Amino acid sequence: MPESSASINTRSAYPPDLTYHDLIARNRRKSAMLVMAMGVLSVAVCAAVSVAFMAYGSGGISLVGLVAACAVGLIIVSLTGCWSYFSGDRALLSMSGARQLAKAEDPELFNVVEEMSIAAGLPMPKVYVMQEAALNAFATGRSPEHAAVAITTGLRQRLTRDELAGVMAHEIAHIRHNDIRLTMLVATMVGLIVLAADVASRSLRYGRIGGGRSRGKGGGAAVLIVLLVVILLAIVAPLLAKLIQMAVSREREYLADAGAVELTRYPKGLADALKKLAADTEPLTVANRATAHLFIVNPILNAKGRENLNSVFSTHPPIHERIRRIEALMV
Amino acid sequence: MIPFLIGLGVVIVIVVIILLFVIGIYNGLVAKRVRCENGWSQIDVQLKRRYDLIPNLVETVKGYATHEKETLQSVIQARQQAIDADSVADQGQAEGFLTAALGKLFALSEAYPDLKANQNFMQLQEELTSTENKIGFARQHYNDTVSRYNTECQKFPSNIVAGMFNFQQREFFEVEDAAQREAPKVQF
Repeated sequence: MPESSASINTRSAYPPDLTYHDLIARNRRKSAMLVMAMGVLSVAVCAAVSVAFMAYGSGGISLVGLVAACAVGLIIVSLTGCWSYFSGDRALLSMSGARQLAKAEDPELFNVVEEMSIAAGLPMPKVYVMQEAALNAFATGRSPEHAAVAITTGLRQRLTRDELAGVMAHEIAHIRHNDIRLTMLVATMVGLIVLAADVASRSLRYGRIGGGRSRGKGGGAAVLIVLLVVILLAIVAPLLAKLIQMAVSREREYLADAGAVELTRYPKGLADALKKLAADTEPLTVANRATAHLFIVNPILNAKGRENLNSVFSTHPPIHERIRRIEALMV
Repeated sequence: MIPFLIGLGVVIVIVVIILLFVIGIYNGLVAKRVRCENGWSQIDVQLKRRYDLIPNLVETVKGYATHEKETLQSVIQARQQAIDADSVADQGQAEGFLTAALGKLFALSEAYPDLKANQNFMQLQEELTSTENKIGFARQHYNDTVSRYNTECQKFPSNIVAGMFNFQQREFFEVEDAAQREAPKVQF
């Protein structure tokens, strides 16, 4: 495989004047911005809830109460931040039903992953499989030293060695660019709120929460708070969804494709793999709005069979455009 | 007196800024050079792995392909030559022979269905194919690190720092002859 490099050896697959060091720096900035934005949001929500609560009671609005609420907001965001930084990868892997693989179970897959990490000069990531017929793969983790790649059994079975190398190189490129940390934080910190908002607005619509009016004053206050949180969630959810879209730009996938070609020096492998992925219409049942942006191709739009749709949640560029760009490297 | 002190202060500040700048570039160069050295040692790790796998392969093949003593002998010999090689050039050449000999051995195995079906042989074939790839990718990565380091050595202003502290540019790993480029093509 490395021998086929001669034709494109002389030029980088990345866009001109862009190295993966720039991408790492950009991701670090975005991660910091994300955590700050979540901090501001958490403090604002806690302050709003405390103001509403104090106004509902007779004591009036006290500064101490407001400060305490802001402190609670900060504590909440620090705790969730730590959780999502240190255990976000495990949470996402288990949410996706991924199981860690030992080398003896699939030596070829392990070897391909190791070859690609050697090409990138990175430590070998952990390898996971998802027992799914759908064709997809993703990478996650907080750093290259704590990274994991996961692939569905469907995809594993359908690819040749060269195609598998292309897909794994794409995932290793995500690790190398440190996309994995940002996408992991987005999925666990923001994504879970979006999911919670989905559930909340659904239950609000069906009137399950507002039903306890006859419970007296204490119950009334609790209901008010719950209602307020639900309404707030319903308001912030679209904003957060926007935030996900912003943080995980479509450019990221193009760059990971470019990074993959830089590693394999064999564009055809990834292009062929993407063609197989494009032809697949099997839905990935374990994916949802919070995790969709992690995958190599959008598992949700894919399932609906309309991948070219330009929706709010099109976190991925059209797959045919990706194939076209990769094939442009095959001169 | 006061203008003199202000002037002195300005000079000191400028010197400190330049010094910090130089330290930053120097550390960057050191980091890049270490990456090159690390890349080089990664190649050796994979070469060593190949030397370790070959005796197992020879043992396995011996039992099935009794008429191929010559090919086996050439594999063993090429391995020994590669291990004994003193210079990088000699080693490169010996590695080339070894790759060719292994390619021949895998081609011959096609004629022995029992051997091809042997679990152990299949595993060794996968490992050796992959190790071959890993050697190639380790060399590719080494060249990538060298290219980054060399660019830094030539770019302004880091070339001044590189000259001051004698950072030498490194040589790329290059494959001299075409036969060496060919990794054994293994059909599954």
